[in-house]
Amino acid sequence: MSEEEMMDDEVVKKFMFVNRRAPYGSIYALESLEVVLIAAAFDQDVSLVFSDDGVFQLKKGQETEGVGMKNFSPTYRALEMYDVEKLYVSKASMDERGLTKDDLIVDVEVLGDEALADLMDDQDVIFSF
Amino acid sequence: MKFAVQVNEGPYQHQASDSAYQFTKAALEKGHEIFRVFFYHDGVNNATKLTTPPQDDRNIVDRWSELAQQHNLDLVVCVAAAQRRGIVDEGEAKRNGKDAENIAPGFRISGLGQLVEAGIQADRLVVFGD
Amino acid sequence: MSILHTVNKSPFEKSSLDSCLKLAKAGSGVLLIEDGVYGALKGTAREAQIKEAAQNLKLYVLGPDLNARGMTGERVIDGIEIVDYAGFVDLAADHDKVNAWL
Repeated sequence: MSEEEMMDDEVVKKFMFVNRRAPYGSIYALESLEVVLIAAAFDQDVSLVFSDDGVFQLKKGQETEGVGMKNFSPTYRALEMYDVEKLYVSKASMDERGLTKDDLIVDVEVLGDEALADLMDDQDVIFSF
Repeated sequence: MKFAVQVNEGPYQHQASDSAYQFTKAALEKGHEIFRVFFYHDGVNNATKLTTPPQDDRNIVDRWSELAQQHNLDLVVCVAAAQRRGIVDEGEAKRNGKDAENIAPGFRISGLGQLVEAGIQADRLVVFGD
Repeated sequence: MSILHTVNKSPFEKSSLDSCLKLAKAGSGVLLIEDGVYGALKGTAREAQIKEAAQNLKLYVLGPDLNARGMTGERVIDGIEIVDYAGFVDLAADHDKVNAWL
Protein backbone atom coordinates (compact mmCIF):
# COMPACT_ATOMS: atom_id res chain seq x y z
CA MET A 1 0.00 0.00 0.00
CA SER A 2 1.41 3.42 -0.91
CA GLU A 3 1.74 6.16 1.67
CA GLU A 4 -0.93 8.22 -0.13
CA GLU A 5 -3.41 5.38 0.16
CA MET A 6 -2.57 5.01 3.82
CA MET A 7 -3.23 8.68 4.41
CA ASP A 8 -6.74 8.19 3.15
CA ASP A 9 -7.19 5.39 5.63
CA GLU A 10 -9.76 6.21 8.28
CA VAL A 11 -7.84 4.58 11.10
CA VAL A 12 -6.43 7.10 13.55
CA LYS A 13 -4.51 5.65 16.42
CA LYS A 14 -3.03 7.30 19.46
CA PHE A 15 0.72 7.02 18.97
CA MET A 16 3.03 7.84 21.83
CA PHE A 17 6.73 8.33 21.34
CA VAL A 18 8.65 7.89 24.55
CA ASN A 19 12.00 9.69 24.46
CA ARG A 20 14.26 8.65 27.30
CA ARG A 21 17.72 9.28 25.81
CA ALA A 22 20.00 12.28 25.66
CA PRO A 23 20.87 13.71 22.23
CA TYR A 24 24.23 13.30 20.40
CA GLY A 25 25.65 10.57 22.67
CA SER A 26 23.63 8.17 20.54
CA ILE A 27 21.42 8.49 17.47
CA TYR A 28 18.14 7.44 19.09
CA ALA A 29 16.86 10.99 19.68
CA LEU A 30 17.47 12.06 16.09
CA GLU A 31 16.05 8.94 14.45
CA SER A 32 13.06 8.95 16.80
CA LEU A 33 12.24 12.46 15.61
CA GLU A 34 12.28 11.20 12.02
CA VAL A 35 9.57 8.66 12.86
CA VAL A 36 7.51 11.33 14.61
CA LEU A 37 7.46 13.46 11.45
CA ILE A 38 6.36 10.48 9.35
CA ALA A 39 3.66 9.50 11.86
CA ALA A 40 2.34 13.06 11.71
CA ALA A 41 2.19 12.81 7.90
CA PHE A 42 -0.01 9.73 8.36
CA ASP A 43 -2.45 11.87 10.33
CA GLN A 44 -2.14 9.88 13.51
CA ASP A 45 -2.84 11.30 16.96
CA VAL A 46 0.78 11.80 18.01
CA SER A 47 2.07 12.50 21.52
CA LEU A 48 5.68 12.91 22.55
CA VAL A 49 6.87 12.22 26.05
CA PHE A 50 10.29 13.30 27.27
CA SER A 51 11.40 11.55 30.42
CA ASP A 52 14.63 10.43 32.05
CA ASP A 53 17.58 11.74 29.97
CA GLY A 54 15.14 12.41 27.12
CA VAL A 55 14.41 15.80 28.73
CA PHE A 56 17.92 16.88 27.66
CA GLN A 57 16.80 16.66 24.03
CA LEU A 58 14.80 19.85 24.54
CA LYS A 59 17.58 21.91 26.15
CA LYS A 60 17.87 25.37 24.60
CA GLY A 61 21.06 26.65 23.08
CA GLN A 62 22.51 23.46 21.59
CA GLU A 63 25.72 24.36 19.68
CA THR A 64 27.09 21.40 17.79
CA GLU A 65 29.83 22.99 15.66
CA GLY A 66 32.48 21.83 18.09
CA VAL A 67 31.50 18.16 17.79
CA GLY A 68 30.94 18.34 14.05
CA MET A 69 27.40 16.96 14.29
CA LYS A 70 24.16 18.34 12.92
CA ASN A 71 22.13 20.33 15.44
CA PHE A 72 18.67 18.85 15.09
CA SER A 73 17.08 20.69 18.01
CA PRO A 74 15.34 23.28 15.75
CA THR A 75 13.19 20.39 14.49
CA TYR A 76 11.40 20.30 17.85
CA ARG A 77 10.28 23.87 17.20
CA ALA A 78 9.05 22.87 13.73
CA LEU A 79 6.83 20.09 15.09
CA GLU A 80 3.94 22.50 15.40
CA MET A 81 3.89 22.90 11.61
CA TYR A 82 3.32 19.17 11.36
CA ASP A 83 0.42 19.44 13.81
CA VAL A 84 2.43 17.67 16.48
CA GLU A 85 1.43 19.73 19.48
CA LYS A 86 1.18 17.23 22.30
CA LEU A 87 4.57 17.47 23.97
CA TYR A 88 4.82 16.26 27.53
CA VAL A 89 7.77 16.37 29.90
CA SER A 90 8.20 14.43 33.11
CA LYS A 91 8.40 16.83 36.04
CA ALA A 92 10.34 14.33 38.13
CA SER A 93 12.93 13.83 35.38
CA MET A 94 13.33 17.59 34.92
CA ASP A 95 13.68 18.21 38.65
CA GLU A 96 16.23 15.42 38.99
CA ARG A 97 18.34 17.00 36.26
CA GLY A 98 18.11 20.57 37.48
CA LEU A 99 16.07 21.75 34.49
CA THR A 100 13.07 24.06 34.43
CA LYS A 101 10.60 24.91 31.68
CA ASP A 102 12.73 27.98 30.89
CA ASP A 103 15.57 25.70 29.80
CA LEU A 104 13.46 24.12 27.08
CA ILE A 105 13.41 25.04 23.41
CA VAL A 106 9.65 24.48 23.00
CA ASP A 107 6.51 24.95 25.00
CA VAL A 108 5.59 21.73 26.74
CA GLU A 109 3.15 20.43 29.28
CA VAL A 110 4.93 19.35 32.45
CA LEU A 111 3.34 16.28 34.03
CA GLY A 112 3.74 14.42 37.29
CA ASP A 113 4.19 10.64 37.34
CA GLU A 114 0.53 9.89 37.85
CA ALA A 115 -0.60 12.02 34.93
CA LEU A 116 2.11 10.51 32.73
CA ALA A 117 1.04 7.00 33.70
CA ASP A 118 -2.58 7.85 32.82
CA LEU A 119 -1.48 9.30 29.49
CA MET A 120 0.47 6.15 28.62
CA ASP A 121 -2.49 4.04 29.55
CA ASP A 122 -4.66 6.01 27.16
CA GLN A 123 -2.51 5.25 24.06
CA ASP A 124 -2.96 2.66 21.33
CA VAL A 125 0.70 2.22 20.38
CA ILE A 126 3.88 3.09 22.28
CA PHE A 127 7.11 3.57 20.33
CA SER A 128 10.39 3.28 22.21
CA PHE A 129 13.82 4.09 20.88
CA MET B 1 -3.65 -11.68 16.52
CA LYS B 2 -1.51 -9.43 14.32
CA PHE B 3 1.90 -8.50 15.73
CA ALA B 4 4.43 -5.97 14.49
CA VAL B 5 8.00 -6.25 15.71
CA GLN B 6 10.62 -3.50 15.77
CA VAL B 7 14.34 -4.25 16.07
CA ASN B 8 16.58 -1.34 17.09
CA GLU B 9 19.98 -3.01 17.44
CA GLY B 10 22.34 -4.85 15.14
CA PRO B 11 23.19 -8.53 15.45
CA TYR B 12 25.77 -9.89 17.94
CA GLN B 13 26.45 -6.58 19.75
CA HIS B 14 23.17 -6.74 21.67
CA GLN B 15 20.62 -9.46 22.40
CA ALA B 16 17.76 -7.43 20.89
CA SER B 17 17.77 -9.18 17.52
CA ASP B 18 17.95 -12.62 19.17
CA SER B 19 15.05 -11.76 21.46
CA ALA B 20 13.03 -10.38 18.55
CA TYR B 21 13.71 -13.55 16.55
CA GLN B 22 12.67 -15.86 19.40
CA PHE B 23 9.55 -13.79 20.01
CA THR B 24 8.62 -13.77 16.32
CA LYS B 25 9.18 -17.52 16.00
CA ALA B 26 7.09 -18.23 19.11
CA ALA B 27 4.29 -15.99 17.85
CA LEU B 28 4.23 -17.78 14.49
CA GLU B 29 4.25 -21.16 16.23
CA LYS B 30 1.21 -20.08 18.22
CA GLY B 31 -0.60 -19.26 15.00
CA HIS B 32 -0.37 -15.48 15.23
CA GLU B 33 0.28 -13.30 12.22
CA ILE B 34 3.45 -11.21 12.01
CA PHE B 35 2.38 -8.16 10.03
CA ARG B 36 5.93 -6.92 9.65
CA VAL B 37 9.36 -6.90 11.28
CA PHE B 38 10.86 -3.43 11.01
CA PHE B 39 14.60 -2.86 11.40
CA TYR B 40 15.59 0.60 12.59
CA HIS B 41 18.64 2.36 14.06
CA ASP B 42 21.57 -0.12 14.08
CA GLY B 43 18.95 -2.84 13.59
CA VAL B 44 19.44 -2.34 9.85
CA ASN B 45 22.74 -4.23 10.24
CA ASN B 46 20.69 -7.42 10.63
CA ALA B 47 20.15 -7.21 6.88
CA THR B 48 23.66 -7.47 5.48
CA LYS B 49 24.40 -10.72 3.68
CA LEU B 50 28.13 -10.10 4.20
CA THR B 51 27.81 -11.22 7.82
CA THR B 52 30.12 -14.16 8.47
CA PRO B 53 29.97 -15.40 12.08
CA PRO B 54 32.20 -18.28 13.30
CA GLN B 55 30.79 -21.68 12.33
CA ASP B 56 29.87 -22.67 15.87
CA ASP B 57 27.72 -19.56 16.36
CA ARG B 58 24.21 -18.82 15.15
CA ASN B 59 23.94 -16.92 11.89
CA ILE B 60 21.50 -14.20 12.88
CA VAL B 61 21.10 -12.81 9.36
CA ASP B 62 20.49 -16.21 7.73
CA ARG B 63 18.10 -17.11 10.52
CA TRP B 64 15.92 -14.08 9.72
CA SER B 65 16.12 -14.83 5.99
CA GLU B 66 15.05 -18.43 6.56
CA LEU B 67 12.18 -17.46 8.82
CA ALA B 68 11.05 -14.96 6.21
CA GLN B 69 11.10 -17.62 3.53
CA GLN B 70 9.24 -20.20 5.63
CA HIS B 71 6.50 -17.83 6.76
CA ASN B 72 6.44 -15.24 4.01
CA LEU B 73 7.50 -12.61 6.56
CA ASP B 74 7.81 -8.97 5.60
CA LEU B 75 11.26 -7.89 6.83
CA VAL B 76 11.62 -4.16 6.23
CA VAL B 77 14.80 -2.16 6.65
CA CYS B 78 14.48 1.62 7.10
CA VAL B 79 16.01 3.30 4.07
CA ALA B 80 17.35 6.39 5.86
CA ALA B 81 18.90 4.36 8.68
CA ALA B 82 20.26 1.85 6.13
CA GLN B 83 21.86 4.51 3.94
CA ARG B 84 23.67 5.97 6.94
CA ARG B 85 25.08 2.57 7.79
CA GLY B 86 25.90 1.20 4.35
CA ILE B 87 23.09 -1.31 3.85
CA VAL B 88 22.00 -1.18 0.20
CA ASP B 89 19.95 -3.16 -2.28
CA GLU B 90 20.48 -3.04 -6.01
CA GLY B 91 18.21 -0.06 -6.57
CA GLU B 92 19.74 1.98 -3.76
CA ALA B 93 23.24 1.13 -4.95
CA LYS B 94 22.43 2.36 -8.44
CA ARG B 95 20.69 5.50 -7.18
CA ASN B 96 23.60 6.43 -4.95
CA GLY B 97 26.41 5.47 -7.30
CA LYS B 98 27.68 2.54 -5.22
CA ASP B 99 29.37 -0.42 -6.88
CA ALA B 100 27.94 -3.08 -4.56
CA GLU B 101 24.79 -4.14 -2.79
CA ASN B 102 24.63 -6.22 0.38
CA ILE B 103 21.00 -6.82 1.29
CA ALA B 104 20.27 -10.36 2.49
CA PRO B 105 17.44 -12.46 0.98
CA GLY B 106 14.02 -11.83 2.46
CA PHE B 107 14.77 -8.25 3.50
CA ARG B 108 13.53 -5.19 1.64
CA ILE B 109 14.49 -1.55 2.01
CA SER B 110 11.66 0.92 2.42
CA GLY B 111 10.62 4.08 4.23
CA LEU B 112 9.68 4.86 7.80
CA GLY B 113 6.08 4.95 6.64
CA GLN B 114 6.27 1.16 6.84
CA LEU B 115 6.86 1.37 10.58
CA VAL B 116 3.99 3.80 11.05
CA GLU B 117 1.76 1.58 8.93
CA ALA B 118 2.76 -1.41 11.06
CA GLY B 119 1.74 0.58 14.14
CA ILE B 120 -1.62 1.31 12.55
CA GLN B 121 -2.36 -2.12 11.12
CA ALA B 122 -1.02 -4.45 13.79
CA ASP B 123 -2.85 -5.21 17.02
CA ARG B 124 0.40 -5.00 18.99
CA LEU B 125 3.81 -3.45 18.40
CA VAL B 126 6.65 -5.10 20.31
CA VAL B 127 9.96 -3.23 20.37
CA PHE B 128 13.36 -4.81 20.99
CA GLY B 129 16.43 -2.64 21.49
CA ASP B 130 19.22 -1.50 23.78
CA MET C 1 -6.61 -0.59 29.31
CA SER C 2 -3.55 -2.41 30.50
CA ILE C 3 0.09 -2.26 29.50
CA LEU C 4 2.72 -4.96 29.40
CA HIS C 5 5.98 -3.24 30.28
CA THR C 6 9.22 -4.93 29.26
CA VAL C 7 12.51 -4.11 30.98
CA ASN C 8 15.76 -5.39 29.49
CA LYS C 9 18.34 -3.61 31.66
CA SER C 10 20.00 -4.77 34.84
CA PRO C 11 18.74 -2.58 37.70
CA PHE C 12 22.29 -2.57 39.03
CA GLU C 13 23.52 -0.67 35.98
CA LYS C 14 20.62 1.35 34.56
CA SER C 15 17.55 3.13 35.88
CA SER C 16 15.07 1.62 33.39
CA LEU C 17 13.42 -0.60 35.99
CA ASP C 18 13.03 2.33 38.40
CA SER C 19 11.50 4.47 35.67
CA CYS C 20 9.18 1.66 34.66
CA LEU C 21 8.00 0.97 38.20
CA LYS C 22 7.31 4.68 38.76
CA LEU C 23 4.99 4.86 35.74
CA ALA C 24 3.44 1.39 35.69
CA LYS C 25 -0.13 1.61 36.88
CA ALA C 26 -1.60 -0.88 39.33
CA GLY C 27 -2.74 -3.99 37.52
CA SER C 28 -0.32 -3.75 34.65
CA GLY C 29 2.32 -6.36 33.86
CA VAL C 30 6.10 -6.05 33.97
CA LEU C 31 8.19 -8.62 32.11
CA LEU C 32 11.92 -8.74 32.83
CA ILE C 33 13.95 -9.91 29.83
CA GLU C 34 17.62 -10.00 28.77
CA ASP C 35 19.75 -8.31 31.48
CA GLY C 36 16.51 -7.19 33.11
CA VAL C 37 16.19 -10.67 34.64
CA TYR C 38 18.75 -9.74 37.33
CA GLY C 39 16.00 -7.61 38.85
CA ALA C 40 13.98 -10.76 39.62
CA LEU C 41 16.50 -12.36 41.95
CA LYS C 42 16.26 -13.05 45.67
CA GLY C 43 18.86 -11.75 48.05
CA THR C 44 19.84 -8.66 46.09
CA ALA C 45 19.78 -5.01 47.12
CA ARG C 46 16.71 -4.66 44.89
CA GLU C 47 14.62 -7.44 46.41
CA ALA C 48 12.61 -5.23 48.78
CA GLN C 49 11.78 -2.75 46.01
CA ILE C 50 10.62 -5.51 43.68
CA LYS C 51 8.53 -7.18 46.36
CA GLU C 52 6.83 -3.89 47.06
CA ALA C 53 6.14 -3.34 43.38
CA ALA C 54 4.71 -6.86 43.16
CA GLN C 55 1.89 -5.85 45.49
CA ASN C 56 0.31 -3.71 42.76
CA LEU C 57 1.81 -5.12 39.57
CA LYS C 58 2.07 -8.56 38.05
CA LEU C 59 5.73 -9.41 37.56
CA TYR C 60 7.13 -11.91 35.07
CA VAL C 61 10.63 -13.01 34.12
CA LEU C 62 11.76 -14.69 30.91
CA GLY C 63 13.05 -18.16 31.80
CA PRO C 64 15.42 -18.66 28.84
CA ASP C 65 17.18 -15.39 29.72
CA LEU C 66 17.47 -16.47 33.37
CA ASN C 67 18.87 -19.86 32.43
CA ALA C 68 21.35 -18.38 29.96
CA ARG C 69 22.75 -16.34 32.85
CA GLY C 70 23.19 -19.32 35.16
CA MET C 71 20.07 -18.63 37.19
CA THR C 72 17.17 -20.95 37.92
CA GLY C 73 13.69 -20.54 39.31
CA GLU C 74 14.93 -21.17 42.84
CA ARG C 75 16.71 -17.84 42.77
CA VAL C 76 13.62 -15.94 41.65
CA ILE C 77 11.60 -13.92 44.16
CA ASP C 78 8.39 -15.73 45.13
CA GLY C 79 5.42 -14.45 43.20
CA ILE C 80 7.32 -13.57 40.05
CA GLU C 81 6.07 -15.84 37.31
CA ILE C 82 8.60 -17.45 34.97
CA VAL C 83 7.51 -17.55 31.32
CA ASP C 84 9.08 -18.77 28.08
CA TYR C 85 8.89 -17.03 24.69
CA ALA C 86 5.44 -18.50 24.05
CA GLY C 87 4.41 -17.02 27.40
CA PHE C 88 5.89 -13.67 26.34
CA VAL C 89 3.70 -13.81 23.22
CA ASP C 90 0.63 -14.62 25.36
CA LEU C 91 1.39 -11.69 27.68
CA ALA C 92 1.77 -9.32 24.73
CA ALA C 93 -1.56 -10.54 23.36
CA ASP C 94 -3.36 -10.38 26.70
CA HIS C 95 -2.39 -6.76 27.40
CA ASP C 96 -3.66 -3.89 25.26
CA LYS C 97 -0.20 -2.68 24.35
CA VAL C 98 3.46 -3.23 25.06
CA ASN C 99 5.84 -0.56 26.34
CA ALA C 100 9.55 -1.36 26.07
CA TRP C 101 11.72 0.47 28.61
CA LEU C 102 14.87 0.47 26.51
